Amino acid sequence: MYHSAVYDEPLLNEFTEVKKEKTLRIEGIPKSLQRIKEIGIPNLDETQVARHFHHLSQMNYGVDNGIYPLGSCTMKYNPKLCEQIASWDKFANTHPYQDISTVQGNLQIMFELERMLCELTGMDYFCLQPAAGAHGELLGMLLTRAYHEHRKDFERNEVILPDTAHGTNPASATMAGFKLIEIPSNKDGTVDLDILEKTLSDKTACFMLTNPNTLGIFESDILEISKMVHKAGALLYYDGANMNAIMGKARPGDMGFDILHLNLHKTFSTPHGGGGPGSGPVGVKIKLERFLPVPRIGRTREGVYIFDDAPESIGKIKDFYGNFSVLLKAYIYILMMGDEGLREASEVAVLNSNYMKKKILDSKKYDMPYKQLRKHEFVISCERLKQEKQVTAKDVAKRLLDHGLHPPTIYFPLIVKEALMIEPTETESKKDLDKYVETLVKIADEKPETLRNAPSNTPVKRVDEVTATKNPVLTWKMMS
Amino acid sequence: MLKELGLKQIDDLFIDIPKEIRIDNLESPIPSKGLSQQETERLLREIANKNKSCNDLLCFLGGGVKPHYIPAIVKSIVSRAEFYTAYTPYQPEASQGFLQAMFEYQSMIAELTGMDVANASLYDGATALGEAALMCARITKKNSFIIPKNISHSKKSILNNYVKGPGVKVKEVDYDKKTGKIDIKKLRTVVDDNTMGVYIENPNFFGVFEDDVNEINDVVKDANALFVVGVDPISLGITKPPGDYNADVVIGEGRCLGNPMDYGGSSLGIFACKKEYLRQIPGRVVGLTKDKDGKRAFCMALQTREQHIRRGRATSNICTNEGLNALAAAVFLSWLGGIGLENLSRINFEKGQKLAEEIESINGFEKLFSGVHFNEFVVKCPIDPVKINQKLLKRNIQGGLVLGEQFPHLRNCMLFGVTELHSDEDIKRLVSALKEVT
Repeated sequence: MYHSAVYDEPLLNEFTEVKKEKTLRIEGIPKSLQRIKEIGIPNLDETQVARHFHHLSQMNYGVDNGIYPLGSCTMKYNPKLCEQIASWDKFANTHPYQDISTVQGNLQIMFELERMLCELTGMDYFCLQPAAGAHGELLGMLLTRAYHEHRKDFERNEVILPDTAHGTNPASATMAGFKLIEIPSNKDGTVDLDILEKTLSDKTACFMLTNPNTLGIFESDILEISKMVHKAGALLYYDGANMNAIMGKARPGDMGFDILHLNLHKTFSTPHGGGGPGSGPVGVKIKLERFLPVPRIGRTREGVYIFDDAPESIGKIKDFYGNFSVLLKAYIYILMMGDEGLREASEVAVLNSNYMKKKILDSKKYDMPYKQLRKHEFVISCERLKQEKQVTAKDVAKRLLDHGLHPPTIYFPLIVKEALMIEPTETESKKDLDKYVETLVKIADEKPETLRNAPSNTPVKRVDEVTATKNPVLTWKMMS
Repeated sequence: MLKELGLKQIDDLFIDIPKEIRIDNLESPIPSKGLSQQETERLLREIANKNKSCNDLLCFLGGGVKPHYIPAIVKSIVSRAEFYTAYTPYQPEASQGFLQAMFEYQSMIAELTGMDVANASLYDGATALGEAALMCARITKKNSFIIPKNISHSKKSILNNYVKGPGVKVKEVDYDKKTGKIDIKKLRTVVDDNTMGVYIENPNFFGVFEDDVNEINDVVKDANALFVVGVDPISLGITKPPGDYNADVVIGEGRCLGNPMDYGGSSLGIFACKKEYLRQIPGRVVGLTKDKDGKRAFCMALQTREQHIRRGRATSNICTNEGLNALAAAVFLSWLGGIGLENLSRINFEKGQKLAEEIESINGFEKLFSGVHFNEFVVKCPIDPVKINQKLLKRNIQGGLVLGEQFPHLRNCMLFGVTELHSDEDIKRLVSALKEVT
């Protein structure tokens, strides 16, 4: 059985402070700005700090600890070389305003990465600025606005999305000022063409879609969808969170998508860092190029990399050039994989997913609504367990933790009851997949109390998340 | 595995992709075969050598990003794979380490800024400004946001893009040409009933401290608007936290807290505010709670504000943030401690004064504004600053930020920045080089 390290680790402000030499008096600060109170940050020595954070790290689970099949998150192994190179002084210690002649290496990487991503997705141009997938979506929505406004098509204020969409899609569209229209999926779990047809109008600015969708199902009608959307004068947006299913097999640009974002911290293996930094580059077709953020990266005939301006650009979406350190890691990953490696990654990701799906369904403990063939992820339901034993998807997830396995994404997409959304990725072995399936199957037969009381092998038992929202205590200042 | 699925070939798994759009291979610039680790490292070494780092160059750039010292412990902690290979802590029982570290980060940011609460980071300081404006709009239901004329153009552009959705009008207030501080008289004329928030930076983009903060706060509060302050967190070691002068929201660029410059990213957006606005905060926050046995535990709190629950009605679309950078900041701050931060802040202030004095002593150079500055300041140059920088570069010195591009009327000016990394010898080297090139 798995056991995590458990420490009753104090908060930093609960340690005994070591005395440090008092600071010197300072002259010259304007009186109204002079600090009167001491800073409420404890004064500790390095040993205390090192052990504290070391203990905390031992109470945390990452991909290097084991399988992490969070659906739509693509938690694959992160090659160590990418980390090492990104921390080289020649990259990490460059200033964004340095003279351009002294950062030709950085510009070369961004210039080439843009073109690699174009080839991979079938888009014409890329912007590397967005810091995450949702940030890319926001940029995509702002580009959509700019496109329609440029055409003096001011009435297009609606964004359509399927009920399986990631939560960021509607949030990004609203942030950019659009009205949302959510359409229900059909019985296969894909876009209902009739409903889409009826919903499209001369008010539609954009249709946002993930393909394969969040059920892991490829939208086989994509060419028809694209035709319908464009006929209505709208744009087609691709949420690239699920790009790991189709690298080297098909390209969103060829499917008819006009704008897309990628999640470099998912598909391109730059680690997620416990919640970031990420990177969400946006690709567009040529008709949207003029609106892309500045600066654009160009190359002269002599091979010198330069920053270009663009008069019709929407401006900027993030300071400087994006999360360069993440871009660099993705660039290295693509070089190390090559065409063959990237395609194989997608093939194995899809193989692993379908293999796991079959094994789980063969056990007859869980059900899977909608179409059978899945891509890199699939969504099963614990609804039967709930009906028969009052055991929920959350209980199953928490019990997985007792076995040292990270649970899948739960309760998403919303159209599957008691959903477990599983994305194994290509970097897990058959043995690991088998073990995961065995455990899931075993859990389904366990006593309901065991599941409801899980986890018990983790540093804390089941956490009361409701209280944290009802009575929020967000800082140690608020504890007293 | 294929056999167990009853399939013959891998492509049987891709039959749901229409034939017309299936591809066989990816072409240049993606190499057909991947490189080995060794080949990759060699190639990247060649590319890296086309760069000069701020160790190769002596760098005096200002403009919000400056090289700072990063103690070795920071990298040692953030390189722990349990941290950097984890996802967002959706499963609190398996993520207590990261969650506690984020709670501590939030706590230290709250202490530093004098605010009640802080979130677990946004993308960077500029997008934090965008989110702050959107939060002001949600709270006040008004539609005009006021910023100083002297903030970076990039920040202005990002702000304008962030507020396009709700259609917020962004108005600018000019600065006092003598002091470099915000012109309060002009501020009074711009603020009206529609004002939802007023943003100032302290120190401002020109490096100057805004010391009329009490007067500014009065103007803002008289209009029933929110007072948003952007900070350099290192300056807070020796200056009043904005909470002490009644700011409602404090934002800032947190990169300087233990994160490398990384050519501008990744970075870290600080976002803190008063308790009364906590349900309007954008992004993730970590809260204290208990487990089933009553033991102290941490988890993500107020998730009902967030996109994965509230979807189109979320306070922000942000999902992935800058978690690892926030962790670096937490390690940095706890290693430094309150007293250490005060010392670091003092050194930055003193270096700033020293460099300004030295440059002013050179014939033809003049500090442009009379306001007290922190570790950046604007200098009027006797010749075209672009030319100065070109000549400095030949001596392996990266001079200050040329301001003409962002502020056309300051085309003969440069923004110099200096930190604890610059020794007295470094300052001497710059000064004698400046003498030689002008």
